[in-house]
Amino acid sequence: MSALEVIVSGTMLAQTVRMTIPYACAAVGGVLCERSGVINIALEGTLLASALASVVVCFATSNPFAGIATGVTCGAAIGLVHAVLVVGGRVDAIVSGIALNVMAAGGTRFLLRGLYGSSSNSPRVEGLSGLKRAGSLVRTLSDPFFVATLGAVAMVAWMLHRTRFGLRLRACGEDPSAARAVGVDVARVRVAAVTLGGAVTGLGGTALAYDLHQFQAGMSGGRGFIALAAVIVAGWRPWPAAFACLAFAALDALQIVLQNQTNLPPQVLAMLPFVTTLGALVLVSKRRAGAMRAPAGLGHHPH
Amino acid sequence: MTSSLSRSSTRSAVLVGLSASWVAFCVLVWLYGESPRAMASLLFEGTWGTSYGAGQVLFKATPLLFTGVAVDFALRSGLFNIGAEGQLAVGSLAAGVVGTQLPRGVPTLVAVPLALAAAMAAGALWALVPALLKGRFGAHEVISTMMMNSLADSAIGLALGAGGLALTGTVRTHDIVPGARVPRLEAWFPALKGSAASFALVVGVASAFLVTASYRRTRIGREMGLVGQNAAAMAAEKVPVRARLEQALVFSGGLAGAASLGTVLGYKGYFEEGLGAGAGFTGVAVALLGRGRPLGLVLAALLFGTLQQGGLAVNAFVPKELMDILTGVVVCAVALADGALVALVGRGASPPGPPASGAKAASA
Repeated sequence: MSALEVIVSGTMLAQTVRMTIPYACAAVGGVLCERSGVINIALEGTLLASALASVVVCFATSNPFAGIATGVTCGAAIGLVHAVLVVGGRVDAIVSGIALNVMAAGGTRFLLRGLYGSSSNSPRVEGLSGLKRAGSLVRTLSDPFFVATLGAVAMVAWMLHRTRFGLRLRACGEDPSAARAVGVDVARVRVAAVTLGGAVTGLGGTALAYDLHQFQAGMSGGRGFIALAAVIVAGWRPWPAAFACLAFAALDALQIVLQNQTNLPPQVLAMLPFVTTLGALVLVSKRRAGAMRAPAGLGHHPH
Repeated sequence: MTSSLSRSSTRSAVLVGLSASWVAFCVLVWLYGESPRAMASLLFEGTWGTSYGAGQVLFKATPLLFTGVAVDFALRSGLFNIGAEGQLAVGSLAAGVVGTQLPRGVPTLVAVPLALAAAMAAGALWALVPALLKGRFGAHEVISTMMMNSLADSAIGLALGAGGLALTGTVRTHDIVPGARVPRLEAWFPALKGSAASFALVVGVASAFLVTASYRRTRIGREMGLVGQNAAAMAAEKVPVRARLEQALVFSGGLAGAASLGTVLGYKGYFEEGLGAGAGFTGVAVALLGRGRPLGLVLAALLFGTLQQGGLAVNAFVPKELMDILTGVVVCAVALADGALVALVGRGASPPGPPASGAKAASA
């Protein structure tokens, strides 16, 4: 098959959709955190830690759903720690995020050696089997992770704009002092938002691990940061953020196809997603107005 | 931040951080099924217990000191340079390449400064991209420097492989010329015999003092500090805020590149893929503990150098990654204790931690 045939094939589309899931989960988690006013660069560490957590439990119990539950819980727990440090302890959000990322990177390797005596990867887990016989596109679209991610995006978009909690969450992100003045418990709303965001990100980490049927050290590979860029490019809105992630994932998938089809050095193509991210950040900053701007209270505490 | 925190409360915060990491060490070692007491004595013997161990701590601390000073410099202007990792990597490659290309027999006093200049230029160049994106487009430096870290990995692989800079079949460059090697400290201090500590440490300590002195003693340094505290007010004062932010990040990149003095020029004698990896991120922790004070930066670099060397000392029994967890614990605990102490002293108005978010409020 020529490169073009591969690119327009259903397999490629399925691949893209599958690769979108971790990005999209992290991005939606990021939207939740940042719309409540808390910067979260710990998305990267959250993806990584929840990927390992899900594999550990899935391997021990042979129950993929217990693994998913653990991955989501692990993500929520990291979100909670970040929220408590930032909202309760008034630690700078970037500092807390860096510390959590460092701990996740070190902690996963520590556990990997402790549990499996390996410094690179976990044993194989089955993950979700799904519909084995259907075509790859059908199989991908009926994948529980895909459905759950789609549901999470829809839920967050609906919640932000149609529920009382969502209104309060946005109020905390836009003007925490005003929100507090009208009786909103800013700290509680933010802790809830960041914890929930961590849980969604944890789902993404689980999907990442199940997709490869194992945990690999450092497997998040910068996805958390790219997801954060997607949040910014999308103007802190859930649906556009998910679509931005789809675009990044398409590039990722394209990169893999081109690597198999061309003689270019692999590093040139590996640069593609990162260069695009930088380019996208430049493009959006040119016309930032109206709904595209950052929450005004992002990174600020109520007075 | 010097202005909002007294020295004594900073010291207490660091003590809290150390105690927390000590507790974490004991708990994690115990959970792993080893004896905390035995591991602690192993850790001590492997680091400060012998002169060789102490020398290795100094060696490990050297690149951390450079990257710590680099991150601290950008932090003055309110910028988080998470990209020290990539800047150090491309700087090391540049140092290695220039070090091999120099004619043999070049004296040390010429060769080392040349290689160092190349490393700093490469690091600065790598920081120029996020600096321009920040200054011209307001792109958040945490994300752009992170992207540059990933790009550095690919670019270095490309330069070594397709670029033909590596010895065939390896991921390392040729050996640098003897003149470009930074002499080891053992030449002057025979007690450190066998350890890889080099005179790069002396340069690092000097740069910590020089750079932090520039915060107060130069006009640009003062302006950068003020931009970090309140960019809008400085813009009203006709300080070129954009230029200062860009310069801060670029110079920070140069400093991060200078860390190759301790790795390529002072230790290996060639560049290889992954040499010095991790020093960039640990440099962030060094800067957060050192807070713009030279002695603070040196002590913080020694602390994390001790953790790294200690990790190797216990690695046969407990994975050395334990020390990464402890690094995170120290950073969190110090930042938390800072907040609590600030509230206690009744200066709650100024936010704890590094310079306030004046310069970064617009994006993120």
